[in-house]
Order: sequence, then C-alpha cells, then structure tokens
Amino acid sequence: MWRRQRGRFRPVGCGVEELRRFRREREFALRKARRDQQLVSKRLLRADPPKEAERVVSILGEAEIQQFLRLAQRGTEEKEREKALASLRQGLQHPETQQAFIRLETSMRTLVGLLTSNQALLQLEAARCLHELSHSDQPVVAEACLPATSYLLTYLSSHSPDFTELCLYTLGNLIVGSEAVRKQLLPQGIVPALAVCIQSPHVAVQEALGYALSQLLQAKEAPEKIIPAVLASTLPQHLLQLLQPGPKLNPGVAVEFAWCLHYIICSQVNNALLITLGALSTLGPLLLDLAGAVERTEDAGLELLACPVLRCLSNLLTEAAAEVVGGQIQPGDERVLAALFILLRFFLHKQPSLLPEGLWLLNNLTANSPSFCTSLLSLDLIEPLLQLLPVSNVVSVLVLTVLCNVAEKGPAYCQQLWPGPLLPSVLATLAASDTEVVGQSLELLQLLFLYQPEAAQAFLQQSGLEVLDRHKEEAQLQDRVFALRATALHG
Amino acid sequence: MQLPPALGARLAKGPGAAEPLPVERDPVAGKAPFRFAARRVRFPREHEFFEDGDVQRHLYLQDVLTQVAEAPERPRVREFPCQVAGCQQVFHVLEAYEHHYHTQHANVCSVCKRTFPSSHLLDSHLLEWHDTLFLTLAERQDMYQCLVGGCEEKFRTSRDRKEHMVACHLYPVDFRFDRPKKSKGPSMPGVLAPMSAEALGEHSQQLEGDAMEVCCTGHVTPPPAPEGQSCTPPGLPGQRAYSHSNYRLVSMAGPPKPASGATPPLDGICAPS
Repeated sequence: MWRRQRGRFRPVGCGVEELRRFRREREFALRKARRDQQLVSKRLLRADPPKEAERVVSILGEAEIQQFLRLAQRGTEEKEREKALASLRQGLQHPETQQAFIRLETSMRTLVGLLTSNQALLQLEAARCLHELSHSDQPVVAEACLPATSYLLTYLSSHSPDFTELCLYTLGNLIVGSEAVRKQLLPQGIVPALAVCIQSPHVAVQEALGYALSQLLQAKEAPEKIIPAVLASTLPQHLLQLLQPGPKLNPGVAVEFAWCLHYIICSQVNNALLITLGALSTLGPLLLDLAGAVERTEDAGLELLACPVLRCLSNLLTEAAAEVVGGQIQPGDERVLAALFILLRFFLHKQPSLLPEGLWLLNNLTANSPSFCTSLLSLDLIEPLLQLLPVSNVVSVLVLTVLCNVAEKGPAYCQQLWPGPLLPSVLATLAASDTEVVGQSLELLQLLFLYQPEAAQAFLQQSGLEVLDRHKEEAQLQDRVFALRATALHG
Repeated sequence: MQLPPALGARLAKGPGAAEPLPVERDPVAGKAPFRFAARRVRFPREHEFFEDGDVQRHLYLQDVLTQVAEAPERPRVREFPCQVAGCQQVFHVLEAYEHHYHTQHANVCSVCKRTFPSSHLLDSHLLEWHDTLFLTLAERQDMYQCLVGGCEEKFRTSRDRKEHMVACHLYPVDFRFDRPKKSKGPSMPGVLAPMSAEALGEHSQQLEGDAMEVCCTGHVTPPPAPEGQSCTPPGLPGQRAYSHSNYRLVSMAGPPKPASGATPPLDGICAPS
C-alpha cells in the first residue's frame, strides 16, 4: 500500500533511540508550524533503487545544468539523453541545484519541452525533475514551475498510471508550495481535471489524487475560492464512493480522501449538500468497519484513517440536516457506540492524543439523544468511560461532559448512575487542581444530587465536603462550590 | 480500559436502538451559578483542538511514521522489445514499457499519425482536422470547443479559442496540444496561424520526435476503411476504452519511429509514404 520510498527526511542506518529523537524533533517542528498556521508537508516519490540513493550526489552549477539540458535535448543517442536528464534529476535533490536551475532563463522552457516530447523515457525523467523541484521549500521554486502546470493537468488524463501518479504528486507539492500556483491552477481547470481523473481504477492514482486534492483543500483560501468549486463538481460523489467500507476499500486511498472530506466539512461551506449526497451513510458504516478491523487486530496505521472519520462525523452531526438521516445507520444505532468504544480503547493503547477526538464524537452523539444515553447505560459503558478520567485534563473534561449529557436527562438516568463507581471517580476529579476539571465535576454533581438525592448523602459520608471546600477560594469555582454545598447539606 | 465482553458481539449484530428511558428535566438544573447545557459542538478548521491529529497526519505525509506495508521492489526482467511492429524500443521494466506504449502508440490519429496525451485531445483533433462535417458546420457556427475540462465555451475559429484559453484559463500561448493547423489542404479562414518569429524561434528548440510535429498527410478526407483492430499490447492489464470511431484505430503498420536526429518537417508537409 505505501509504495513510496522513505523520503529524504528519514536518515538511514539509525538506531531506535535516534529515530525516536528524530521523530520528536519533527513533531515539535510540525506543532510550531501549525501554531504559526504554516503547516506544510510534501510527499516525495523517489523511484531510485536504494543503492543509487546512497551514492553521494553532488550539487550542480549553472554550467553543468545547461550542459545536461543540452545533451538531453539534442543528444544523438537516446540512452545518452536519458542519462543526462537522470543526472540532472539527481542534482536537483539539492536546494542549491534547484536555485541554480531556476536562475537560468531557458531551463524551465527546455524542461517543459522534454516533458511534452513523445519520447516516453525522456518524458518520465523530465517529470521526475519537475517532481524534485516541486519538493522545494521555496515558493519561488514552485513558481518557476508555473509554465509546466497546464501540461501536468493535461497528463492527468493520460492512460499511463505511473506517469499520472507522478504528475499528481508533483501537482500536490506545487499546490501547497505557493498561492500563485493555486491561483493559476484553478482557472486552468484543476477541479474538472481531478473530477475526471478520480474515476481511474488504479489504486496508486487514486491515492495520489487524494493527496493532491487534500493539499488543495487545505489552502487557507480554500473555503472561499476552492471548496465551492469542488462541491459543485462530481468530486464529492466519487470521494464518498472511494470511502465505501468493504473488501475493496484501500486504506491508503481512504486515508487521503477522509482527510479531503474533513477539510471540506470543517470549512462549513455546504455540509447539508454532503449529507444529501450520503456522507453520513458512508461514514457511519465506515466507523463500524474500522472498529471491526481493530477487533480482528488488523489495525496497523488505522488511527490515520480513524482520526478524519471521527472529525467528519462529529462535525456533520451538528448540522440540522443530520437529524433526518436514514440509511444504514438509524438514529441511536447502538453499534455506533460499540464501535466508538472499541476505538477509544484502541486509542488509549496506540494514540492517546486521539482520545479527545473520539470523546468529542461521543459528546455529539449523546448530547441531544435520550436513545444514545440509554444505550450508554444499558451497554455498561459508564465504567469504561470512567477509566479514561486519569488520562489527561482534556480527556477528563470531555468524559465529565458526556456524563453530564446523561445525567441532565433526569431521574431515570441518574438512577442508573448511582449507586455505582461514578461517585468515587468524581470525588477523585473533584480533588484535581485543574479548574475546568473541577468545574465540570461540580456541574455533574449538581445534576446527580438534583435527580438522585441519595447520592448527596453518600457524598457527604465519603467526606465530599472536605474535598469541595478545597476550592472555595477559587474565583471561577466559588459560586458553584457554595451552591453545591448547600444542596448536599439541605437537599 | 476494560470493555464489557458483549460489546464486540453487539457490533457484529444488526442495527438497533435502545428504547430510551423517559426524559424528565427539572428547570432548576443548569440554573446559575451552574451553567451546563447539553449541546453538540463543532470545531472550525484552525482550532487548536485539531493540533495533535494534524501533526500526526503530517508526520505520515513526511513518511516519518512507520509504513504499514512496503510494496515489493519492482522486478527487473531481461530486456524485451516493444510489441508494436516497427518500433525498436527495448525495456527492462514493465512500467516503462507501459508508459512508452501510452505515449507513442495509444491515442494516435490514424490519418496524420500525431499522438496525443489523452483520448479527449485526440477526439478534438479528429473533429477539427479530419471531419468534413465539422468544417462545414464551422463556417456557420461556433464549433471550436474550449479544451479545458468543464468549460462549455465554443468559438468560431481555433485562434479565438486559443485567445480564450490564454485569457480566461491562463494557458500558455504556445500550448503544445493546440497547435494551429498549417495544412496544404483547403484553407479555412482563421485556422492558419502566421509563422511568427516566436514560432520559428521556438521551433528550432523543438526536439526531434516531438509528437505534434510528426508528418501529417494534410488531407482532410477521412481514410477509406479502418485499418485494423488495436487492443492492449500483450502483457499489459486491460482497461482501455476505445471508441468505435474509425479514426481512432492505431495503425499497426508503420507507427512513428523515434526520429534519429533530423529536425522534423514543418507542419503539413510530408513525403508521401
């Protein structure tokens, strides 16, 4: 499934500890980039056999670049011409070579000429050169590739899947590299071109297209300039088709398109349309499918897909149109809860940072649904939920919020919450130092005491007042502490 | 996290919702100083709630995460030649052969032997260059359709169309798959483009074997009969959508050879075969 070679970011021959450190550094850089709203990542395809990649590749100067280009263009021997381009391509792995290349006036023109020649192998090498250029960090290099974009788009309808795949990854990289490139690609018809190309039966092409589209949708101007055009095309239908769960679902493809869907949905442009097209009817069964995969321990890399699916579902559930959806997942379908908890346990072990996202969905499922709240009780899911409390403050607040969703529905619900493990757990969170955790605990206790007065008695007997009083100086909590105190003591 | 043992089974069973317990709210609940209200929450794009998941996504894109499964290395086989008669290319890798075939032998106009990167462009070419009905209609109405997917605009001449593509779609002026016709056949108003200095200058930069410059017959009449079936070359997985048009069949006799180094002839002038 993951066909590409490891990108240049991965150092070879590293020990495990070094790899961990390396990954931590990358992660730190990405977090910073995201906070600066500059989260940009590219994909690099390198088809070189490994031993070639290990050979030290030198930086090329302008004269050498010109020489290689001349040879590629006018050489007499075909093999010679291919070799010249291959040498150029290797040199272009270096930013210095890329800079030298774009400084030359006619270099891009020549490269485009080679790209559009009917010499297949030359064409491939030229496309690979472009691909190397597309990987540059410098927007100016991406912009130097502008003359090539109309051809890259034309080649999306080529019948050669490898070539199409390469063009797609190159486009995806260029898209994220420069707004000027996006500004040109839109009038050049990238959306209709993708809408045709997405119908390709080749998995590698589909995955590459998903990548390119996800980069387009992630652009900061996407909600105004790009997503409306995408929604007006046939892309959403095809996208949902490629997310249909079942034996034909390709994980690599699904990951890309799930992220595409997430970028569209969280931009809040026209989610009602997506629901009409069957987004919920696709995502619901997909969630069940993912949980099934976890149960069968076929879960390698599954969190990469689970994350955008959860986000899409959670956001879509806030749409008014979601209320009336039928299809395979009826409102209140217990399987959704079962699936979600299986995934929560999976996250706890594999990727705890995704627990908040899963709990967000749980909140959106239970907030306005007596049916789901009842299922939470009847399926014995309260206790597993409580087990998540110690994970982190964010998780605690979310768990307590879900419990409040249940408790606020009245006595019939609170009678199922106490007696039970709930009270001791909430006493523990009440003792926490985080204001928001404590605040949410107070909210839950208020509901519990209101609808199940005996719980207040138990609270007093378990020295709840002492714990409560620890927070009576806290400005944000004072009022609620005193009110709860009064309720517990006087009913 | 301990899950109830019956949960997996519940997942596997059919759909079903619980009969909800009765809801009975007291107006006191959620009154100040308490503030809880059950509500669905949505997060917009840039919300920090998404930070962790976004970072994981990008680590994956950068290939830092462990790959799930690596595809095996593509096998290199003994050298094998292109199966198309007269073509002397040889290959070591199947994918290179596939690409060669698609570039050079598929989407070929059997009239003038030009190759095209897609069937869409071949279709346009056939219509505009070799279809008398089209040319007749074009005298009276706008027939030249914009080549950009999704654009429905039509134009009286190919030059008008080109101007539209440059102005509205930001296409390059010298877009290689929309070269003006310079045939010796019946002249069509507006179709012949002047041989500007730029075109000449660019021409000298062209490569031998450039698809669009391969010789054409210059005739506008359609060929007498289809020349033979084309099908997927041996060894390639199927998945082709050939139309029924006569013109689209690839000639198996005398396909274009990669030229050996001579500059290609100017458009429209070709030695009869």
